[in-house]
Amino acid sequence: MSQLEMTLKGKAHVYERAHINTDEIIPARYLNVHEEAELAKHAMEDIDQDFVNRVRPGDLVFAGDNFGCGSSREHAVWALRGAGIKAVIAKSYARIFFRNAINNGFLAIECPEAVDAVQNGDEVELDLAAGVMRNLTRGSEARFVPLSDFARELIEDGGLLPHIQKKAARK
Amino acid sequence: MGMTITEKILAAHSGRDRVVPNEIINATLDLIVCHDVTTPPAVQMLKKLGINKVFDPSKILVTPDHFVPNKDIKSAELAKQLREWREEQGITRYYEIGNHGICHAIAPEQGHVLPGMTIVCGDSHTTTMGALGTFASGVGSTDLAAALATGELWFKVPESMLFELNGDLPRGVYSKDIILYIISKIGVDGARYKAMEYRGSTLKSLSMEARFTITNMAIEAGGKSGIMPVDEISENYVKARTSEPYTCYYSDEDAVYSETFKIDVDQLEPIVALPSLPSNGRFIGEIERVKMDQVYIGSCTNGRIEDLRIAAGIMKGNKVANGTRAIVVPATTEIWKTAMKEGLLEIFAEAGCVVSTATCGACLGGFMGVLGSEETCLSTTNRNFVGRMGDPRSKVYLASPATAAATAITGTITDPREFL
Repeated sequence: MSQLEMTLKGKAHVYERAHINTDEIIPARYLNVHEEAELAKHAMEDIDQDFVNRVRPGDLVFAGDNFGCGSSREHAVWALRGAGIKAVIAKSYARIFFRNAINNGFLAIECPEAVDAVQNGDEVELDLAAGVMRNLTRGSEARFVPLSDFARELIEDGGLLPHIQKKAARK
Repeated sequence: MGMTITEKILAAHSGRDRVVPNEIINATLDLIVCHDVTTPPAVQMLKKLGINKVFDPSKILVTPDHFVPNKDIKSAELAKQLREWREEQGITRYYEIGNHGICHAIAPEQGHVLPGMTIVCGDSHTTTMGALGTFASGVGSTDLAAALATGELWFKVPESMLFELNGDLPRGVYSKDIILYIISKIGVDGARYKAMEYRGSTLKSLSMEARFTITNMAIEAGGKSGIMPVDEISENYVKARTSEPYTCYYSDEDAVYSETFKIDVDQLEPIVALPSLPSNGRFIGEIERVKMDQVYIGSCTNGRIEDLRIAAGIMKGNKVANGTRAIVVPATTEIWKTAMKEGLLEIFAEAGCVVSTATCGACLGGFMGVLGSEETCLSTTNRNFVGRMGDPRSKVYLASPATAAATAITGTITDPREFL
């Protein structure tokens, strides 16, 4: 059975600036731990001190181009997920962040149109089967860039390690 | 249609005659480099899955570098986990404190990096090692765990961008200025997902030390890797360190590049990247002489022996300005020892610098020179993001070791040519 929920709904936290880097998502001063709950306390701290207080489980982060650039720290994905974020929707991604996201079975969706249309606090629904994002607050809709078959397979398997195990079991 | 060096290496490691950009392949790995921050989570993942053995201990290199000598109790636990794991796995290529170094510097220095290899490490600056004609790319901890367990990893074959560097560097201008210039032109996402390949007459005048600085910062343009063809200089570097056999790959005449940039390096001047993006590079003559609270010379970008020689050459007989702190961090223990034998450490100490043991240290705001609010630092490192070296209100300027040394002496951003 796929571990992927086909519809996600949550509030939008919008950071439209380009090049939000992993030092901002989780500063290196917190890399002396890697427990998700610990990292979550400091998610986005250097760009938005209030982020962790506002975020609720199931919420979504919207961001500009090249999200997650810089350091390869997977702690960035863990911190966001630990804080309750279900998916990131960005105009584009830095490659290591994207890899880390799908390797963790974490949704990193590309949808420039939705990022331009969204405001902080909007209620947004992600329909993965249809490849559509509905902004319920504004009544708008945007089609997102579909995940590649490979990325989809990884996410559906729950990430790279379960994917590899599944493949090995098949042999 | 021909292939690039990168495509040839990836084809050879995935059992194919050819690969084309954007296809997903599974490549075998020749070297996996492990450090104290991203490896412990990978080890934990493997243990959780009941995978108790790495695929091949002889293909793994381990060195603690980020927060060592242990900066606090939590970091001590990470270094301890790393140490215990390598012991349990029988990994012999281990560099303990006293022999350690920043992973991207120590791996080639100790002869573990051979042309034609595929290399991954849980660190974005893994691209450094591409200067020896390897495919070297940074990954996260899950990738690292998969690599350690299976010796393979999935890759999307990157398109290649070609950078042709021609001419000789003018006095006072270094390889750091070349890469800061390139990033200022193409932006921090200008090479996103791509391999940055270098060639041209300039390479002949660049030592391996200088070349590593260029490939090190591929990630600062979003690149997947940086790569240079093997030549006499790189062969001499490798042969002085190991007698292991290797394969050299060269791009075909008709290889396809997504873009080609030609850069006449003789037109360059010293460059400083202003806060808070590595792409904010400006020629030094165009910017204000901002006062610096700190100067930091080190890191996997510019902590090699040539960098220290250049900085010491400028600092000799001078003093660090009042109101400025200068910190020198050799990238490996071997570099530290060489600097000691050559009298460089004495020059730095006499000038009023602090000289540290090898560590990633303050480059990522870890320790050994973290910045307070509103403080300024001119640094030879690779990133000047918000909060990178400390408080989010601090400001980091990136430049070459020569510019850093000159700035330490005057206390304000200074053109190194004033001291040459």
